[in-house]
Amino acid sequence: MADAASGARETRRTIDAVWRIEAPALIAGLTRMVRDVGLAEDLAQDALLAALETWPRSGVPDNPGAWLTTTAQRRAIDRFRREARLAERHAQVARELERELAAAEADPTAAAATTAQTGDDLLGLIFMCCHPVLSIEARVALTLRLLGGLTSDEIARAFLTPRATVQQRIARAKRTLSAANVPFEVPAGEHLAERLPAVLGVIYLVFNEGYSATAGEDWVRPELCEDAQRLGRVLAALMPREPEVHGLLALMELQASRLRARRGPDGTPVLLNDQDRSRWDLLLIGRGLKALDRAEALSDGGLGPYALQAAIAACHARARTPEQTDWERIVALYDALAALTRSPVVELNRAVAVAMAFGPAAGLELVDALAEARELAGYHLLPSVRADLLERLGRREEAYVELTRAAGLTANERERALLLERAAGVAGGGTAPPPRAR
Amino acid sequence: MRFMVMVKATQSSENGAMPDEAMLAAMGRFNEELAQAGVMLAGEGLQPSSKGARVRFDGASRTVVDGPFAETKELVAGYWIWQCASLDEAIEWVKRCPNPMPGESEIEIRQIFEAEDFGEEFTPELREQEERIRTQIESEAR
Repeated sequence: MADAASGARETRRTIDAVWRIEAPALIAGLTRMVRDVGLAEDLAQDALLAALETWPRSGVPDNPGAWLTTTAQRRAIDRFRREARLAERHAQVARELERELAAAEADPTAAAATTAQTGDDLLGLIFMCCHPVLSIEARVALTLRLLGGLTSDEIARAFLTPRATVQQRIARAKRTLSAANVPFEVPAGEHLAERLPAVLGVIYLVFNEGYSATAGEDWVRPELCEDAQRLGRVLAALMPREPEVHGLLALMELQASRLRARRGPDGTPVLLNDQDRSRWDLLLIGRGLKALDRAEALSDGGLGPYALQAAIAACHARARTPEQTDWERIVALYDALAALTRSPVVELNRAVAVAMAFGPAAGLELVDALAEARELAGYHLLPSVRADLLERLGRREEAYVELTRAAGLTANERERALLLERAAGVAGGGTAPPPRAR
Repeated sequence: MRFMVMVKATQSSENGAMPDEAMLAAMGRFNEELAQAGVMLAGEGLQPSSKGARVRFDGASRTVVDGPFAETKELVAGYWIWQCASLDEAIEWVKRCPNPMPGESEIEIRQIFEAEDFGEEFTPELREQEERIRTQIESEAR
């Protein structure tokens, strides 16, 4: 009996792993066929339930993905037939499904030939999950659930959101897609250029949430970075001709290469120039530089915003010591990035690079202009950067004021502690002023 | 989390037999699948142990032993570095690998240590030292 129980447990674990691997392609293929992502996920879940019932008795089939697809297709045919009165278009789909199923059964080797179809299906699903008709939160939740294979629980934990909220968000997103009649397709031509940034934005948002957690006690949540990197690699394999896809992948691999150096032994953040560069991950740096090469080779005009950011990250990755950093090249890259994005955050970063290349006074001039424009009011990094430059110019009292202001603006506990510590440092004399109450 | 996935050597791989065309094609497809899923980070095949060497340590002394080595089944003929969500996912991927050798063969899956894996008893100082030593080895191996 004990053997049977442990065998069942093992099968359950295998089914979880199969699900993680197969779910995205399964749901993508079903969405293409039934043209409704909510229904597609229901059907896939039905197939998963059937596997949970059947496999512990029959053993895991040789090709579990094909088994799940076939089962889900049979469920779809059953369901559509039951609902035939309401669904002329469903009956049509059922006939198409039947043809596809019959073809697959007549020629099992044809399954291998459908890899290209699977790729198109996955792309269609990615573009659907990141459709502009959805809110950003909904795009993120749906992408992680349907393409990353994460459960609602895992998504809720990653984003410190109640599970019920995530579930509602996903349910509402599926209804929205259905109601808006969003087509299941990969946009082509100029539509692709319009829609691709939304897809890249969702993946990068997931990465950033892991890389620099915006709320809570943790400074980084590396699992989210891993999920985003995987999605980025999947997308790069599916869209090998798109320079910005490789640019985003390069950016994520290069930033992730510094993950283990960004946290001190006690969990406090370590800033770029203070990092022990021997702890940077050479495997990821190599992958990042290769992806950047690809992005550069594919760009006929200038680099896009992700490739430019990756090129900046590459300048740091190539420098074995902080002193070897090519700050003038970084300034030039930020010039290009600022012209593309017109973002004040980019301008702030550019000011930092200018200070490194041409001295703190030159940087402070740019930062002061930004502070005057008030676009970044409430952004903690503005006073933090300003404090750094003031300190380097010997204006310690002003630096102290700016650091305490920055500490009052961040929502991240560890970052606040770091800022207050720096404030205590510039206050000098070794006597720490009392931390500012929130 | 990351895994090192090792293809164990066989008599034929130790004899330097190259995989046939069908095997190369099947392995190519599998590698493609791994890359498409964002799982594969790196992977290489290794030459037979006759082209390798070992360095034995005993206290302060070092003795170099040239290959080949006898215990064929314990040798490694190739490896991948994968990023997976769990050991179960890695196992599931390995099951989908074509048999890498003619006849019997084995693939071993080992999880790579991350800094987080060392529990409370691993002090911050020790952890830092360990990291530094490991990355130094990596940078020297480059």
